[in-house]
Amino acid sequence: MNATGNHDAPNFSSPSRSEGEAGRGLLSPVETLKRESRGLRGTLRESLEDAITGSLRESDAQLLKFHGSYQQDDRDVREERRLQKLEPAYSFMIRTRLPGGVATPAQWLALDALATRYGNDTLRLTTRQAFQIHGILKHDLKPTIAAINQTLIDTIAACGDVNRNVMVSANPVESRAHAKVQAHAVALSEHLLPHTRAYHEIWLDEQQVVGAEASEPIYGPTYLPRKFKVGFAIPPVNDVDVFSQDLGLIAIIEGGELLGYNLLAGGGMGTTHGDARTYPRLADVLGFIRADQVITAATAVLTTQRDHGNRSDRKLSRLKYTIDRLGLDAFKREVEARLGEPLQPAREVHFDHNGDRFGWVEGFDGRWHHTLRIESGRLRDTGTVRGLSGLRAIAAEHRGDFRLTPNQNLVIANVDAADRARIDALLADHGLDDQLRGATFRRFALACVALPTCTLAMAEAERYLPDILDRIESVLIQHGLRDEPLLFRISGCPNGCSRPYLGEIALVGKAPGRYNLMLGADFEGRRLNRLYRENIDEAAILAELDMLFARFAAERAGGEHFGDFVVRTGIVRAPVAIAVELGA
Amino acid sequence: MSAQPILPPIVIPVPSLNEERSALLARLTDGLDAAALYWISGYAAGLAARGAPALAVVPAGDRDVDVAPTRVTVLYGSQTGNAKREAERLHEALRGEGAEVRLLRADAYPLRELADERVLFVVISTQGEGEPPDDARAFVEFLSGRRAPKLEQLRFAVLGLGDSSYPQFNAIGRLLDARFEALGGRRLFARGEADVDVATVAAPWLAQAREQVRVLKPSSSVATGSAIGIAPVATTWSKEQPGSAELLVNQRITARESTQDVRHLEIAVDAGFDYEPGDALGIRPRNAGAVVERVITRLGLSGHESVRIGDEIRSLHDWLSGHRELTRLHRGFVQQHAQRAKVSALDALLAAGDAAAFNAWLGARQVDDVLQEFPGEWSAGEFVAALRPLAPRLYSIASSRKAVGDEAHLAVAVLDAQGPFGAHRGVASGFLADAEVGASLPVYLERNERFRLPADASRDVIMIGPGTGVAPFRGFVQERSALGARGRNWLFFGARHARSQFLYQLEWQAALKAGQLHRLELAFSRDQAERVYVQQRLREQGRDVVAWLEGGAHLYVCGAIAMGKSVHAALREIVITHGGRDEDGADDYLGELQRSGRYARDVY
Repeated sequence: MNATGNHDAPNFSSPSRSEGEAGRGLLSPVETLKRESRGLRGTLRESLEDAITGSLRESDAQLLKFHGSYQQDDRDVREERRLQKLEPAYSFMIRTRLPGGVATPAQWLALDALATRYGNDTLRLTTRQAFQIHGILKHDLKPTIAAINQTLIDTIAACGDVNRNVMVSANPVESRAHAKVQAHAVALSEHLLPHTRAYHEIWLDEQQVVGAEASEPIYGPTYLPRKFKVGFAIPPVNDVDVFSQDLGLIAIIEGGELLGYNLLAGGGMGTTHGDARTYPRLADVLGFIRADQVITAATAVLTTQRDHGNRSDRKLSRLKYTIDRLGLDAFKREVEARLGEPLQPAREVHFDHNGDRFGWVEGFDGRWHHTLRIESGRLRDTGTVRGLSGLRAIAAEHRGDFRLTPNQNLVIANVDAADRARIDALLADHGLDDQLRGATFRRFALACVALPTCTLAMAEAERYLPDILDRIESVLIQHGLRDEPLLFRISGCPNGCSRPYLGEIALVGKAPGRYNLMLGADFEGRRLNRLYRENIDEAAILAELDMLFARFAAERAGGEHFGDFVVRTGIVRAPVAIAVELGA
Repeated sequence: MSAQPILPPIVIPVPSLNEERSALLARLTDGLDAAALYWISGYAAGLAARGAPALAVVPAGDRDVDVAPTRVTVLYGSQTGNAKREAERLHEALRGEGAEVRLLRADAYPLRELADERVLFVVISTQGEGEPPDDARAFVEFLSGRRAPKLEQLRFAVLGLGDSSYPQFNAIGRLLDARFEALGGRRLFARGEADVDVATVAAPWLAQAREQVRVLKPSSSVATGSAIGIAPVATTWSKEQPGSAELLVNQRITARESTQDVRHLEIAVDAGFDYEPGDALGIRPRNAGAVVERVITRLGLSGHESVRIGDEIRSLHDWLSGHRELTRLHRGFVQQHAQRAKVSALDALLAAGDAAAFNAWLGARQVDDVLQEFPGEWSAGEFVAALRPLAPRLYSIASSRKAVGDEAHLAVAVLDAQGPFGAHRGVASGFLADAEVGASLPVYLERNERFRLPADASRDVIMIGPGTGVAPFRGFVQERSALGARGRNWLFFGARHARSQFLYQLEWQAALKAGQLHRLELAFSRDQAERVYVQQRLREQGRDVVAWLEGGAHLYVCGAIAMGKSVHAALREIVITHGGRDEDGADDYLGELQRSGRYARDVY
């Protein structure tokens, strides 16, 4: 078959017979692995000590995800090394758990030092507001994870079949309520941590307590069927793409007071090429909850998925498929039963956009916040643009904090008015004062990591982004659309780490140099796009966009966004209407 | 190493048959197909080589006669499992037909068996932009390459799986199908090209395969293609008259970030090149063209000067290219040059009695460096006479004939040092590294009887070979696996960095998995703050090493002289610590091991 992608568990492909999972057939081998892992311990220690390979045993590589790290290899040299009779150039990506993407300058400096000492001299800000350090060799994995923990950041459950990093709207500008939402997110993230001490034993040399393997009160012995993503949005900004989350919470704020949240469930981006059973899906609105119900309501949704999610086919195990299988009403009844009371009707909500506000903004309390555009979230030193060094210099002096945004950008937050000039000077010194140059659409672009390290990638994304942006930009300029805000997203595979199905224009990788061209999402993250052309190369992509931009420039209605235009004019059929209408 | 005993060449007389025998021969050969004729010629050649007319030999081809069922191989290359599933279905179906059928994933297929394959069904997918699935890369590469065997007795059919939304739809299935035919195979029926709806094409293809196997009767008329029974013809390649061996593979086996360039070379040898693991391959290198040109220019000569030494007359260029050392300096040349250069510094250097310092000075320079540093006048004839003859270089053979057939493999570290005026490249390692696949290499066999596997295959062996010192041990492990030796194999390997210099890493991993290598100790000196070498690993494992030795194990060391000394010191230590011996006792013990051939060293 031409499908080039691996899936999460390429070597765990033969299911075994399920017991006690009536009606769902064969249990995925990952389920057996989790059950037999002795609380995620597996044989990780032995794997780490095995000098014959820079990789982990297959089962341990799977378990490692729960500890916040992925085994990867440099795919650029995979074939070359095979001929050299060398194993693939294995390395590890470590991802932090960082609710809401808030980090102190001291934490920044520590992560920067680790990226430089053990990693590949880059820090990556992810679309889920976490840090990633890439290129860690096996024998450096333990010292790196231990050092991250010393900074009071951990990596537990940053990957794996558990609740992932909890997202929160990044701009602390609007009101005091933002701090409360952030506090809820931190509390929820803590509440949903696995209880196993495996992490502390393996990475932090904690002594194993006899009999301490068995208790996992929320997750149970096999954790969740699949990953679980939570995001808190604070209107009118939908930067967290709240409809793409398994569990979304939209803050309802009146007069600066946080009243509670609209509760959403069942969003998800990932699909599999050629498998019609898979699809991206926007979250459904379940209802309204009070602020004091955040943990109980989230736990109710999570445990419903734990007990009803598909554990035989990992392609179909996300919450979105569970909801569609059970039916939304039945699902909601189950959540309410677990919550112990009915959900109230959802409140009216309005979103303006899902992007970031760049540059300096004054907050409600007179402190200043500077949002810096970071292309692909990657901080490195290249030529005159020295992102890694620049942020290191700023972190050394900064007295506020940092906020990683869901769009892979960075807020230098809580700056005294008096310190602004100094920050500006440091940004200029490091070539970071011109990050918004070029056409407007560039600042919204998102790209996942893809090649060469991501094992799932079928095509380039991050490395290709600068080139494709330049080429699309020149087409836009030809049609007088230089200042047009436009959501462009590129993903190396259909799993969708860059949330491509919410791009007005998106490229989803199919093979080296070839993409599916998706069109027609809206600008607020409330409508999915649709497949427009399948498996085309760059020349075909640019030819299509040239034609589409020409029509858009000529035929657009008023201030109509491009995504709305292609739907209105029938260039793509209106995406399947998923109920995202708010209000009772 | 001992000199090689040269076997006398076989002289084949012109056939002289009387009338009666000519008629018999005509009757015998009348109506036979090409395969049978080849078989007879091979059989006769074997008789000639033995010099014995033993007609009682049963032709090997007869083994296939009578009731033996047709042997069929189903081979698959699969990324997502679809090709595997179809191959499994076919396997089941053919077994149902009573065929002797085996099912193999492409990377588990012994490539050496391809030449003898009779009926082969291949089910293979195509990935992305026309790539084979990962498990079939080596198979596709082998079949596409120059070493793919003739497949004249092969009957085959191919089922490709692909996705027609990609431009290179089913490229790999097409490639294999064409390649089998080009190599002489006969296609049983047309290639199948399945799209995403696999079964539409696969099901009828499977039915055809089944039908073909049903009608394939065991054939008594086809003899095996290889000329079984021919005694090997002894090679005549010698140090003086090296053979001309084709370079088959020249593959760097250190990663791109490694500063050291190590090459894995595969060289075709003739059937009589009957080396054993531990033996060395001698190579007559040539000096690099640029080095020769530089020296000639420096001397102000043209290179066309005719120079006679003894009975040999060659041009200066020819002498310097193939017959004189330019990369190794010796004292005699420096002395003669000093008389010409008339430089006090050079005289002082020669006059001082510090041998170590002088040797270090010599080691850091090549002939051209001296000419550049201390210009002096030379005539072409005197210059050639002053230089030493270009000596052949020896490399431990890194393979076993039992595993690789008519090939010898080498692991060669390319010497690349910084001289006073530029890079110094090893004459032979540079020559080999620069050689292109298909080139002819002047080689001969250098036996090393002192470095032999135990005759008793149930003995354990301990092999210590950091860097390219690991070469003979690759041959050892291949040999012992091919023999099914019961003894255990324990290897100590070291290099600077695991990631870039773990020579033959994939092979050792596979050998461990297959139970062909039992223990592997690794010392990567620069992967941690403190330097770690093989001798330290030896000390750490001292108790077990002593236990193995006391149990009759043979121990081998191959590599640099300094390493050999360190390893010897470590062995002495552990024999004292764990073997209950005092210092003299340890020396006696190791000495006795050496005398009895149980502790062998090949250091250089």
